[in-house]
Amino acid sequence: MEAALEAVYRADRDRVLARLIGILGEFDLAEEALQDAWVAAVSSWPTTGVPDNPGGWLVTTARRKAVDRLRSASASARRQRAWGELAITWDLGDGSGPIPDDRLSLIFTCCHPALSLEAQVALTLRSLGGLSTEEVAKAFLISETALAQRVVRAKGKIRQAGIAYRVPSSAELPGRLGAVLAVLYLVFNAGYLPPSGAALVNVDLCAEALRLCQVVITLMPDQSEPLALAAMMRFQHARREARVDAEGVPVTLEEQDRRRWDGAEVAAGLELLDRARAMEPVGPYGLKASIAALHVAAPRPDLTDWAAIVALYDRLLAWEPTAVVRLNRAVAVAMAVSPADGLALVDDPVLARELDGYHLYAATRADLLRRLGRVGEAAASYRVARGQTNNRAEHKFIDRRLRQLEEPTAGPPG
Amino acid sequence: MRYMLIIHNDPELHPTPGSPDWDQLMVDYAEFSKQLVERGHAFTGDPLNDPSTATTVRVRDGQTLTTDGPFAETKEWMSGYYVVDFDSLDHALKAAAMVPSAKFGSVEVRPVAEM
Repeated sequence: MEAALEAVYRADRDRVLARLIGILGEFDLAEEALQDAWVAAVSSWPTTGVPDNPGGWLVTTARRKAVDRLRSASASARRQRAWGELAITWDLGDGSGPIPDDRLSLIFTCCHPALSLEAQVALTLRSLGGLSTEEVAKAFLISETALAQRVVRAKGKIRQAGIAYRVPSSAELPGRLGAVLAVLYLVFNAGYLPPSGAALVNVDLCAEALRLCQVVITLMPDQSEPLALAAMMRFQHARREARVDAEGVPVTLEEQDRRRWDGAEVAAGLELLDRARAMEPVGPYGLKASIAALHVAAPRPDLTDWAAIVALYDRLLAWEPTAVVRLNRAVAVAMAVSPADGLALVDDPVLARELDGYHLYAATRADLLRRLGRVGEAAASYRVARGQTNNRAEHKFIDRRLRQLEEPTAGPPG
Repeated sequence: MRYMLIIHNDPELHPTPGSPDWDQLMVDYAEFSKQLVERGHAFTGDPLNDPSTATTVRVRDGQTLTTDGPFAETKEWMSGYYVVDFDSLDHALKAAAMVPSAKFGSVEVRPVAEM
């Protein structure tokens, strides 16, 4: 029975919660009612057996529990929730068919741009991810209290600012979907390399991000960008064993042992990318995934099709004309044409001003100067980069590069 | 639900009165109001005179303090407002993006607290 209960929880929880929020009109009441219904299930199902439609049973039971809660609430609390009460007295059937899938409304509401990015991440993981406040707090290295406050404030804003529980119209969709995918990618990367010093891979967050991306893919089958994001995540995940060395220091793409890349993940990523590219038009994640695919397609770094990568960055700039994209394009130009050409782009004063303080800018400059044999300047730039990050693993990486600059024969490719 | 759209101008970007850009701005505002009416949104709204005409009043410990100028000297200053009935925040945000001054400043969208 315990295994059966756990299976139901894993399979149906997010869909049931999404539906309840739709019916009841607010997060807290839905979460509390679902808790009540779950308690009832745990106590009655061992005797009655698991219902044929466990999700429907939970929705119906939770609705009744919500009414109970509202009835026993104080008169002023009832007045405040008058709308929720109205919603649940509508005839909603007997709960026997498949539950309507409100998960898209839930995802788009959690990732609404009116909420801060941290709130979007916290709300998405709590509501759709089924992660506890404690688990999310630990993953992002903030206190449980701080995270709980964020979630409370976000729910408050949803209620008070009138953020509607809906899937955006097709006119709004590209921007709104982009925001959802950005949250999922952030979650994925949080699992990949935690924000502070130690180099650990939090596999749970990566898996969670991939799972949620798959939910979006299933619910929006005519959209290419979720497929492209999933492809990108698979490519990145393929490199997890090669990405850091035994001491936890990052290894550049160029220096990674490609035999340690997970072939199954690469294949899965390529299949997802093919499906994405079959749909028009190709969006920003489609372009980024294509760039990643060109890297994984090269059996050796010197066989990478850098010219094609530059062309993809040109197209990406049309979508995201940002300093970081221009920086990455400059790196590709350095490889496709020459380090001097790349450095000329990196040294553009507008770019330098925009990325002032960003440690990867200084590190990129340092790398290009190193390839040009301008050792003194490279070292200076590496030191600037070192001072701009608190990440211990990155410090180790930079220290290694500085040592290699002092012994030119024992270094990475130039 | 009613929302206040609070319009702030950035004087460095805003058209100057009397210029052709200013005239176009007035035309755009007339069109914006017309759009609200055509889409069935009840609204009120007014432009405000510039901050040099403002006076700020504070009462502390029974003392009334009157100062020349707006409540805070900021780069962007409040230049007008609308109060409009919308079905949801998304509708309000869409309208806010259509406020002609959104190109030169910012539009804050805040729900009116219904008592």
